[in-house]
Amino acid sequence: MKTVYLDNNATTRTAPEVVDAMLPFFSDLYGNASSMHSFGGQVERHLARAREQVAALIGAHPAEIVFTSCGTESNNAAIMGTLYSYPAKRHIVTCRTEHPAVMNVGHHLQSRGYRVTELGVDRQGNLDLDELRGALCDDTALVSIMSANNETGVLFPVDTIAAITRERGIPFHTDAVQAVGKIPLNMADNAIDLLSLSGHKLHAPKGIGALYIRKGTRFAPFMIGGHQEGGRRGGTENVPSIVGLGKAAELAGDRLEEENTRVRQLRDRLESQLLARIPNALVNGNPDCRLPNTSNLSFEYIEGESILMLLDEEGICASSGSACTSGSLQPSHVLRAMGVPFTAAHGSVRFSLSIYNDAADVDHVIEVMPAIIERIRDMSPFWKDFQAGKPMSSFFTGGDAEHHLHG
Amino acid sequence: MWDYSDKVKDHFLNPRNVGEVENPDAVGEVGSLACGDALRLTLKLDENQRIKDIKFQTFGCASAIATSSALTEIAKGMTLEEAEKISNQDLAEFLDGLPEEKMHCSVMGKEALDAAIANYRGVKMVKGEFEIVCKCFGVTDLEIERVARDNSLTTLEQVTDFTKAGGGCQACHPKIKEILAGLWKILPEEPAEKTVPAGKKLSNLQKIRLIEETLEREILPPIRSDGGDLELIDIDGNTIYVALRGNCSFCPQSQFTLKNFVEAKLREFVSSELVVEEVKS
Repeated sequence: MKTVYLDNNATTRTAPEVVDAMLPFFSDLYGNASSMHSFGGQVERHLARAREQVAALIGAHPAEIVFTSCGTESNNAAIMGTLYSYPAKRHIVTCRTEHPAVMNVGHHLQSRGYRVTELGVDRQGNLDLDELRGALCDDTALVSIMSANNETGVLFPVDTIAAITRERGIPFHTDAVQAVGKIPLNMADNAIDLLSLSGHKLHAPKGIGALYIRKGTRFAPFMIGGHQEGGRRGGTENVPSIVGLGKAAELAGDRLEEENTRVRQLRDRLESQLLARIPNALVNGNPDCRLPNTSNLSFEYIEGESILMLLDEEGICASSGSACTSGSLQPSHVLRAMGVPFTAAHGSVRFSLSIYNDAADVDHVIEVMPAIIERIRDMSPFWKDFQAGKPMSSFFTGGDAEHHLHG
Repeated sequence: MWDYSDKVKDHFLNPRNVGEVENPDAVGEVGSLACGDALRLTLKLDENQRIKDIKFQTFGCASAIATSSALTEIAKGMTLEEAEKISNQDLAEFLDGLPEEKMHCSVMGKEALDAAIANYRGVKMVKGEFEIVCKCFGVTDLEIERVARDNSLTTLEQVTDFTKAGGGCQACHPKIKEILAGLWKILPEEPAEKTVPAGKKLSNLQKIRLIEETLEREILPPIRSDGGDLELIDIDGNTIYVALRGNCSFCPQSQFTLKNFVEAKLREFVSSELVVEEVKS
C-alpha cells in the first residue's frame, strides 16, 4: 500500500539532496571545525556556507544565525537567554495557542516566580493586538508569539507585533518553526529580535535547529560550554546536520513559490472537496490567514483517534487534536483556546502537505474520507440523536456540558 | 501511537453488535460528548431472562469502540445476574489487554452495563448518595472508590487512567488522594512543608507576601493552563478579594474552584483562617 504522507507539520521527509550533501561529513570530512589542523579546519568553510544559506532564507546576516539541536532548544534559548540578560524584569507575554516548547517554558517560569500573561485568541485563532498592547509593562522582559500555529496553520501578525514591542523597547521572539520554508520571511523588513526555526519541518533531518538573534539584541547563552557559535551556544557543531539544514534552506527558498501555488491549490482542493462531501464538517482557524499547506477540519459528533486509525488503514498519515491522541484527557489546548464547541473539538483532523505531495494523494483522501466519517458516525449515539433531531443528551455521569462549552 | 493488541484492532475495525435494539428491555448510557467518550447500550431479554440481543453505540476512540464491542460479545446469552459479575478487567482481558491510559474505556463499558441492569430493575441513583468529585468529567466518589477497589489502584495517576477523574482542572486531586487513603488505610501524605510554623503570627506584610507567593506558585499555573486567570484585588484582615479572569469569568464551575481549590490552597500554605471572596468587575 502506498503511504500518503499528509503530516508534514509533525515532521517532513529529509530531501534526497540534503542527504547527499550530508554524507561526506559522516565519512571523509569528520574533523572538528575548532581544531588547529587543516583536516578539521577545512570543515569550517562548510559551516560558514550553511550559515549563509540559512540566513538567506530569512533575509538575515549569517552572523545572526546560531545553530541549535532543535526548535525546542531554540525556543528555550531565546526565552532563557533574554531573561538572563534582563535579570530585574519578571514578566513575559505569550499566547494561549503556543507550542509546548514555549508554553511550558512559560509555565515553568511561573513556578519560579515569573508573571506570565497568556494572550487569548478569538474563535478563528486570531490575536487581539489591543490586548497585547495592554499587557505590556515596564516589567516585561520578553514577548514571545508564534509566527504560525502548528495545529491550525493560523498566521500571527509578527511584523506588527514586533513594531509594537520595539516601540516599547521590549525584545520580541517568534517561534517560526512552522512558518520558515512555507511563507516568505525577511528579517531586513521587520523588527523581530529573535526567531526559532527547526530543520525537520523543512526537509532537513531531525536534531538540528537554529536561532536567529538580531545584531544588537541582548542575549546570554542558554547552553553554556565552549566558544562555538560565537560564544552564544556551547557544544561541538553537529556538522552533517548543519550542512543538511543549509542545503534544506537553499531548497526551501527555491521552492517557496511552489509551496504557495501548487501545494496551496492541493490543500484548497482537499479542504473544499471534503467540506462539500461530508456534512457537519468545519474548518478550524482563520481560512484567509493560514499557512498554504495546513488544513484543520472538525467532523462533528465523532472522535479523532478513530478517524486516524481508519485513515491509517488506507495508508494516509494525518494527526488529530482529540483528547485520545494527545495523551491527555482533554482535546488540544489550541482548539480549546479558540472555543471550538465540544461537538467538534474531539473530532479534529489536521492534514499538512508538502512539495512531495501530488494530486493523487489528495484525491485518495477525498475518495475514502466520506465513507470513513460515515462509518464512525454510524457507531456514534450523538450522530444518531442529531440526525433524529433529538436534543443533545448529556448522559448521567457525563460531567457538565456547560463547563466544556467554555473550556 | 498506541500499542493496541490485534484483538483491539479487530474489534475496532470489525465491531460486533453496533446499533440499537428495537423496543429494548433496558438502556444504559454513560459518558458525554464533552468528556470525549460515551456509550449507549440497549438490550433485550428472552423468555428465560437471558440477554437475547445487545447492541452498542459509542462515541470515542478505537479502544472505546473495541471495548463496547467486546462487552456485547461477552454479555450475550447471560442472565442479568451473570452479566452483573462482568468486571472491567474481564473486558480488558478479553481484548488481550489495553494500554494503561485507556483502561477508562473498560470502566466505561462496565458502567454502561451496570446502568442498563439498573435501568431494567427500575433502580435510580438518588441524589445525595454520592458526591461528584471530578467536576470536569463528572466522576462520583462512589465510582472512584469502586473502580479503585476492583482494580487495586493506589495512586492518583492510576485513578485518572481508569476513571478520567482528575484529568482536567486538577482541583479534585486532594479529594481523590483522600478517597484512596480512606480506602487503603494509608496515612495521608505529610502536608507540604509549611513556610510558616503553625501558630506563629504573621505580620501583615509577611501575610501579603506569602499570599502572593502561594498564588504564583500553587494556584495560578493550573488555572492558567485551563485558560483562566485570577487577580488579587485586596486583602482585608483574613478576607482575600480576588477577581476571576479569562475562562474563569464565565465558567459555571468557578465558584467551586474558588472555594475548594483557591481557598483550600491559601489555607494550606498561609493561614487556616483565610476566606476568599470574589469581586465582580
